[in-house]
Amino acid sequence: MMSLRDIISPFSVWKRAAQKPWTIADPIKDRPGAENYRGFHKNDLEKCIGCGTCEDICQNAAIDLVPVEGQETDMGDSGLRPKLDYGRCCWCALCVDVCPTGSLTMSNEYTWISEEAEDFRFIPGADKKEWDNAEKGYKRDENFQLIDFERIPMHELSVEARSSSFIEMVKGYSKEQAIAEAERCLECGICVARCPAHMDIPEYIKAIREDDIDLAVQILYKTNPFSASCGRICTHHCEDVCSLAHNGEPIAIRWLKRYILDQVSAEEIAKILKDIIQTNNKKVAIIGAGPGGLSAAYYLRLLGYEITIYESNDKGGGMLRYGIPEYRLPYDQLDKDIDYITSLGVKINYNSRIGDEVKFDEIYKTHDAIFISPGLWNSIPVNITGEKLPNVISGIELLNKVTNKEEIELGDKVAVIGGGNSAMDAARTAKRLGADVEVYYRRRIEDMPADVEEIIEAQEENVKFFPQTTPLEIKKNGSGIKFIWGKNKMIYEEGKRPKPVLIKGETFETNLDTFIIAIGQNADLSFLPVEVRNKFETKWGKVVVNDSGQTSVEKIFSGGDASNSKADAVSAIADGHKAAIGIDKYLNA
Amino acid sequence: MTKISKTKYPNFKADRSNFPEMENGKPVIDLDSHKFTKLWQGPQHPGVTGNMSVEITINGDEIVHAKTHVGYLHRGFEKLLERRKYIQGFTIVCRICVPEPDTNEYCYSTAVEELAGIQIPDKASWLRTLNLEMSRIASFLMWIGGQAGSLGMGVIGQWTVGMRDFWLDLFEEMTGGRIYHMYMIPGGVRKDLPDGFVTRTRDLVNRTRELLFEIKKSFLDNIITKSRLIGLGIITPDMIDEYGIVGPTAKASGKEYDVRMNNPYLKYPELDLKMITLTGGDAFTRAEVRYQEMHQSLDIITQILDKMPMNGEIQTKLTNVINWKIPAGETYVKAESTRGEHGFYVVADGSKYPRRVYNRGASYTHAISVLEKLAVNTSISDLAGLMVSLHTCPPEIER
Repeated sequence: MMSLRDIISPFSVWKRAAQKPWTIADPIKDRPGAENYRGFHKNDLEKCIGCGTCEDICQNAAIDLVPVEGQETDMGDSGLRPKLDYGRCCWCALCVDVCPTGSLTMSNEYTWISEEAEDFRFIPGADKKEWDNAEKGYKRDENFQLIDFERIPMHELSVEARSSSFIEMVKGYSKEQAIAEAERCLECGICVARCPAHMDIPEYIKAIREDDIDLAVQILYKTNPFSASCGRICTHHCEDVCSLAHNGEPIAIRWLKRYILDQVSAEEIAKILKDIIQTNNKKVAIIGAGPGGLSAAYYLRLLGYEITIYESNDKGGGMLRYGIPEYRLPYDQLDKDIDYITSLGVKINYNSRIGDEVKFDEIYKTHDAIFISPGLWNSIPVNITGEKLPNVISGIELLNKVTNKEEIELGDKVAVIGGGNSAMDAARTAKRLGADVEVYYRRRIEDMPADVEEIIEAQEENVKFFPQTTPLEIKKNGSGIKFIWGKNKMIYEEGKRPKPVLIKGETFETNLDTFIIAIGQNADLSFLPVEVRNKFETKWGKVVVNDSGQTSVEKIFSGGDASNSKADAVSAIADGHKAAIGIDKYLNA
Repeated sequence: MTKISKTKYPNFKADRSNFPEMENGKPVIDLDSHKFTKLWQGPQHPGVTGNMSVEITINGDEIVHAKTHVGYLHRGFEKLLERRKYIQGFTIVCRICVPEPDTNEYCYSTAVEELAGIQIPDKASWLRTLNLEMSRIASFLMWIGGQAGSLGMGVIGQWTVGMRDFWLDLFEEMTGGRIYHMYMIPGGVRKDLPDGFVTRTRDLVNRTRELLFEIKKSFLDNIITKSRLIGLGIITPDMIDEYGIVGPTAKASGKEYDVRMNNPYLKYPELDLKMITLTGGDAFTRAEVRYQEMHQSLDIITQILDKMPMNGEIQTKLTNVINWKIPAGETYVKAESTRGEHGFYVVADGSKYPRRVYNRGASYTHAISVLEKLAVNTSISDLAGLMVSLHTCPPEIER
């Protein structure tokens, strides 16, 4: 077993004594880190939105989100930035893998020497380091992802089916789909700040994930009593700022809200919320039963106030009913929201326009406070000749008539002027009434204030778009009209929105049956006595209110489209809630 | 194959007149009698990877009783994992064994995938197999340095740890980390191979093989090694099942058991491996088995590089891992580490967090019951060599 060979053999490796050593003299200079080495952190402060997903995933609690000097809080940006504690970090790079914006990366730097222990707690990007511009280092592989960037598709009616019908086109999520969509949420809460009503979005999405519909309904009603409607037609600015939207599709927050209310009937809502009213014998009058007025009514009623709402139409809902077509918001869903509010003892006087039978002064005397939310009902004119012709109507007039099921004769060819959501609603409604529809807008399609999905859906439904056009004149032409228009060129100025300028000398003519104006609306405050109206402070045609919704006139609060420049449902709802708190404070001061 | 006599020094008769009386199989040690000395070997001792100590009682220079003590390295991995999301777990499990973290990563990730019902892509399987074999080489290189060092031959350790560093360079390129690779994430792997990796790996395989031949000449074919290791710490075949001995330690006593072949996983069924067993059961035979396993590992790496597809998905898309819930269930996943069968038992209760993660490493039996038995009647100077020949990794004992 042991032989002479065992004595001699070890000497054969003597040659190694003459070999060059493997160690290198200066490891930093001669051997940089590998291409994707997990070295020290880098953060692109411009890209970072301070969502805190890195903080969430860090299993060592090495990341803290902290304010950074010079970094302002903005819509879609918390203003905070991650601070690393290298006493805790284990360089697993999960923070890099889950970063939804891709701002957080790592350099391939090996060594960092400092005498100060505190130096190793630093804010990448803000505290300048020599590796900030290193190109190499760990980055998330394109084929590798730990968060889900793809939205669960929503089932919708086919283009053919929906172009000719007022049936609701969006079908809603099933339970499995809703839970799967809710699972994508990173719970960063960036959306909460963006939502005008500051709805607790991550919390109700969490409730969906845990299949706790009761809790979800309770969360919704804390900030928004119009969730069935908002779940369908909200302008969803929350989704614009969703942290997943930076590299993928945002969470379908709106559809998830709708999913919650789709699961419960109006009676079930009452059972879930168990709202108890303790009357405090104070009276508040509300003018206008739109989303602003009704949400103020709901929150004031919860505080014990006796509420009377004066509404000029024969049904509640305001613009939600008369300004939004049924294929986007079916009336029964709107009724569901309103029915719950009225079930709490909120009194609505329909068909009572202030000034006709009911006098404003009388209401002012008999109530402790008044909240006005009349909405925007006056169509803004285009100011061209021929605008008074009988074949010219406003968008709001058309939608109003459709809601009231009145007889409408649009003819075969219709043009809509405008690029907002009202213009899209008018165009798509006209399409459903059987007309060929053309939309004229003065800027480019990408400048249109309407929601992108509305524009896309209108295009799918074969509505033709004529961007960069200026209407010049409308002439009578037999039973129809002749529409004369010109083309615009865009003038670009540094830091400003591109300006449309008419190209002179070139005009076009189109024969039409009906001409629809939908370039905007303003408030009709004619129901108020002149002396009150004159006392209102206004700016850009809107009633100016303070942070509590209070106007410059004693006892009068205002909200909704007549006061806020956003003029959408969720802002009106937020106004109502804000004014309810303001009124309560005012009356208990 | 060398034949081993039962005793190292057949003509030597030890004076055991002062040895303790045995009562119920245990020695009765009266320290006040001044016949015995108690000594602590470890926890600071180069003979073990990690921190562990053996409390020995000696009579002369012969050990009459040995007791293993652990607890110097307890970091509570299993408990930590119960408070971590499934995705966070893979960054912790690698720390259970420093020289060979990848087996832990593989077992944990695969257990999570099994519970979640995820199939990983073909390419990811290949990359995992490659990673596991590379880590086997790195771990054995460290071991052989320790084995030589424990006999006073420090130079072997310098060569092998130096060579291991070149393997760590490759790990750095492949995974982004040198020691803790955190590469096998539930769902697949994190990165594809960088450019030129295959060429550099083939080159290093050749260099490592050259080194191994030199180690063979200088360490295994060495009269000193042989005289000290042959006959040391003999594990008889009937001890294997009694103690639950696995891996090269069992294979050196003729046991044909290797998870890669008995319960093939990943791409091992598509690779050409053969069971390496020897009979003899002493420390030298164990060194021989490991030496041959290293050659086989290098061969497997070459095979993988030949057969692996260059393109393909590296990850099965996961749902958002922050809210990742795994349906209730339990599973046991095992793999062959350099020390033997290595397993993870994971229980899911339907929440975002594992209910229980249990890790079974070979070191538990090797370093406690087996070592305590084998140490008795060896010389105190042989104890370090014996400990290393069982190839234990103390963190594995105290998860």
